[in-house]
Amino acid sequence: MLLIPCPHCGPRALAEFTFERPVESIVPLDASTEAAVAHLYTRENPRGPSWELWRHAYGCRAWLRIQRDTATHAILATEPMERRP
Amino acid sequence: MTGRRLAEGGLVDRARTLAFTFDGRRYEGLEGDTLASALLAQGVCLFGRSFKYHRPRGVLAAGVEEPNALVAVGDAGGRFEPNTRATDVFLYDGLEAVSQNRWPGLAVDLGAANQWIAPFIPAGFYYKTFLGGPKLWLFYERFIRRAAGLGAPPRAADADAYEHRAAFCDVLVVGAGPAGLAAAEAAAASGARVILVEQDRRLGGSLLRDPATVRGRDALTWAGEVKDRVVAAGGLVLTRTTAAGYWDHNLVTLNERRVEPGQSPVGDGPAQRLWRVRAQRVVLATGAIERPLLFAGNDRPGVMLSNAVRTYVQRFGILPGRRVVIATCTDDAYLTALAILDAGGEVAAVLDSRPASDNALIRRVGERAPVLFGAQPVKAQRGRGGVSALDAVVEGAPRRFACDLVAVSGGFTPVVHLHMQAGGGLRFDPSCGAFVPADPRQGQISVGAAAGHDGLARGLEAGWTVGAEAARATGATGDPGPTPGASPSIEASTAGAAYDAAVGVNLKTAFVDLQNDVTAADVDLAWREGYRSVEHLKRYTTLGMATDQGKTSNLLGLARLAAAEGRPMEAVGLTTFRPPYTPVTLGALAGEAVGEHLAPLRLGPLHDLHLERSALWQPSGYWTRPRAFPAPGESLSDAALREARAVRTTAGMTDVSTLAKFEIAGPDAALFLERVCATTVARLAVGRGRYTFMLREDGFVIDDGTVWRIGDQRYLLTSSTGGADRMSAHLSYVRRILAPELSLAVADVQEHWAAAALAGPRAREILAGCLEGEPPRHMAATAGQVAGVPVRIVAASYSGERAFEIYAPAPAMAPVWRTLSAAVEAAGGALYGLEALELLRIEKGHVEVGAEIDGRRTPGDLGLARMLNPAGGYVGAACLARPALQAAGRHALVGLEADGPIPEGAMLVARAGAPPEGHVSSAGLRLTGDGGVALGLLAGGLDRRGERLLATSPTRGRSVAVTVVEPHFHDPAGDRYRD
Repeated sequence: MLLIPCPHCGPRALAEFTFERPVESIVPLDASTEAAVAHLYTRENPRGPSWELWRHAYGCRAWLRIQRDTATHAILATEPMERRP
Repeated sequence: MTGRRLAEGGLVDRARTLAFTFDGRRYEGLEGDTLASALLAQGVCLFGRSFKYHRPRGVLAAGVEEPNALVAVGDAGGRFEPNTRATDVFLYDGLEAVSQNRWPGLAVDLGAANQWIAPFIPAGFYYKTFLGGPKLWLFYERFIRRAAGLGAPPRAADADAYEHRAAFCDVLVVGAGPAGLAAAEAAAASGARVILVEQDRRLGGSLLRDPATVRGRDALTWAGEVKDRVVAAGGLVLTRTTAAGYWDHNLVTLNERRVEPGQSPVGDGPAQRLWRVRAQRVVLATGAIERPLLFAGNDRPGVMLSNAVRTYVQRFGILPGRRVVIATCTDDAYLTALAILDAGGEVAAVLDSRPASDNALIRRVGERAPVLFGAQPVKAQRGRGGVSALDAVVEGAPRRFACDLVAVSGGFTPVVHLHMQAGGGLRFDPSCGAFVPADPRQGQISVGAAAGHDGLARGLEAGWTVGAEAARATGATGDPGPTPGASPSIEASTAGAAYDAAVGVNLKTAFVDLQNDVTAADVDLAWREGYRSVEHLKRYTTLGMATDQGKTSNLLGLARLAAAEGRPMEAVGLTTFRPPYTPVTLGALAGEAVGEHLAPLRLGPLHDLHLERSALWQPSGYWTRPRAFPAPGESLSDAALREARAVRTTAGMTDVSTLAKFEIAGPDAALFLERVCATTVARLAVGRGRYTFMLREDGFVIDDGTVWRIGDQRYLLTSSTGGADRMSAHLSYVRRILAPELSLAVADVQEHWAAAALAGPRAREILAGCLEGEPPRHMAATAGQVAGVPVRIVAASYSGERAFEIYAPAPAMAPVWRTLSAAVEAAGGALYGLEALELLRIEKGHVEVGAEIDGRRTPGDLGLARMLNPAGGYVGAACLARPALQAAGRHALVGLEADGPIPEGAMLVARAGAPPEGHVSSAGLRLTGDGGVALGLLAGGLDRRGERLLATSPTRGRSVAVTVVEPHFHDPAGDRYRD
């Protein structure tokens, strides 16, 4: 049961969050077919720190970028997803 | 082995007698006894029969590591726990226990015949037998099922309640032996909030077996004082509580047993609790488990671990045997010799496998009993009650010692399970011949015997230091004071290891894993057959896979494997440690979430009204929706047919309140919807709507619904009930991640608006009669009032008849429903449920999420390609363009018709035995006429119009001839509802 520090709510248990996807797998709406396939299917799967998109679904419902070490589950950084202006 | 209770001594309460039964016979024990100690005190030696060979077994140990004495405790009435270690059940009045794995009884067990065929059933024999094809396998299976498994399952529903709790603390200390008590005392004295857990009923650990003084007083008194100090500092002390698992970020799960197996809790309390404790620091004082020795017959009743024998003498006041031989490689076993002698027993010999040595303890024993060095056990001879003699080799010469109890000490293995679960490494310690914790990944610290610390003084000091440090690390600033000084009655080292069997030992009865009947010969067999990795050894021989998870056997097996390989043990490594440390009953894991509380129940706003009409219910995710409204005595299928026909001929009304609904508003609302939906949206005029569908980003259809422009910059989006939560998350994803530059707001209004669908040839007329306002034209949206309640109405057809969806705020829906349903029924129509809705939409040819929209179909597969937004830009557009998703021959939507009902889910084949080319996704009936109709997904789709196929379901034994047709069986052009 990971303890994840939500930037708004403080450290909360994993059960309050949903893991959405690795950040690099986000397919922009204007991506070409080749780029979309690359984003979705040909990805790195690093053993180590990895940026992921999470949501504090049962808390403040914010979308978060979380850097998690995939080998040790250490949470290295959490930040809200930036809104482009 | 003939045990008896001593006249005095022990920590049992001799004033309180408890009555219990074992295998139907009545016995008596004392308060403080375990089931095992009570039976030993009464001279019982036979506790069970081994798993494979049905060899007679007694008690090996005194704690949770017991592999042999597995019994079923409890009654048939809902409190029954099989495979319980008799050494880990504390006696209570009225306890009922039975032995396992024997028929007809323990003393005479027909299963013992397995020993005659032992040469044919070594480890892994089942990988080489039971061959010959699937039909023969079904024959073998009958016997295998009877033979496999240990213990019988409970038959009645669990009568107990269980609870989950969460707790937080500064320092969690696992284990209340001397090291753990010292750590807890230091941490509490420093001002930290401590949770101290102990799996035994009493605090003390090894102090319960070996008396000592700590801080100048009796050690057990000191233990009580530690408990008071911890509680006074705001902490918690839990006994009969096992730390079952160590998870991420210092979360430790505890299994608290408030009653013993089979015992009823007082009052309404739970039988067990599962705690989830988040600790800042964890101290592991989990102790060490003694190892047995390898010799023939080392599994017989009457062979026990040396410190278990000592426990029975000192803690329970029992002499487990009259004439004891001690076989050891440690000094610790000499304490057992003294304990036996002081209790009035006889020590036939102490056989020490080490070269001759001398210290105060050995001398003391040597004055009272023969001590022989260079001595190894070879064979335990059978006798009444288990053992009659021990054959040994003493400096090369064979000797026989008559005895009825053999106490063995092969060294001590630190309990590193929780450390390893937390993530960490191990270091091989040659002095104890075992692995000790190293490189903790979560800052967990092991202390005492669990860390390989030898001796009471060392353990106390280490515990104290670690406890104080842990408290400081959490910010506590108190001064804990001086380390507790200790004097054990006698110091004895636990160092030593003896993995090799003596020369000449018959390895086929030298057991390594007692519970799974794995012998040293089996370990050698695995090696010869090429299973060289310790993980392969485990799976091939099942060593360490029983309920004791190899607590007394893993290292023996590993050592033997390492010796065969010629590598050191640390190079071979250990198998993975997994929770729980000891078995946890399923009820404790479920907690309160059983029965009705398994999942949340979402009730629609009109639930009570449907109850009034005796609806049959259909679970739909967490929702429960009416499946049909049968008349008294009417079957489900008859009701569904009647309701559906009413919709076709007159009118019907159904509750669609659970549909997903979203309001989207703002300058970029239409643009946003054209990102989410794959159809155009922006071209809708105010007051108009359309059917739409949404793709997943890999190009497959994920959901469908409708979109209505209810204002200049305001839209209502509806989609399926089952996909509502997914769609809500998806809208948020597109809004915040993919298109954050757009200016709009999204509101999830699924539960805010209730909705009724009114459909049928007379629907318009019925609605007009109830509505203040004009019913909308097809694919238009209006507002009005029904029964004084403001409503929004859209005109869209799912059933294939002219239909209207009437939306009202959920709390205000009831009068709207009542008014409309009265009007519907007055006109000769009917309420209808999900079953009828299915029949209607299948006949019409509407696809549905879960059936046709199964996540593997593109818009083209479903006949929706012409509706795609030519401008693209929607989620999934890029991947939809992949050549494979546009190729010919894909599974595409077809209609199927037959003379009778078509089995849903059936495979579509050209003829019997041919490979499947598609499947039946939704099956229904002709509502006006005879015959079965269905929608299916078929390779090649409508190019195969007119073909005759077989819809075959081998699991149901049904095969129906079908013809491929257009996927519409009723009003394909929509004339019944178009204006």
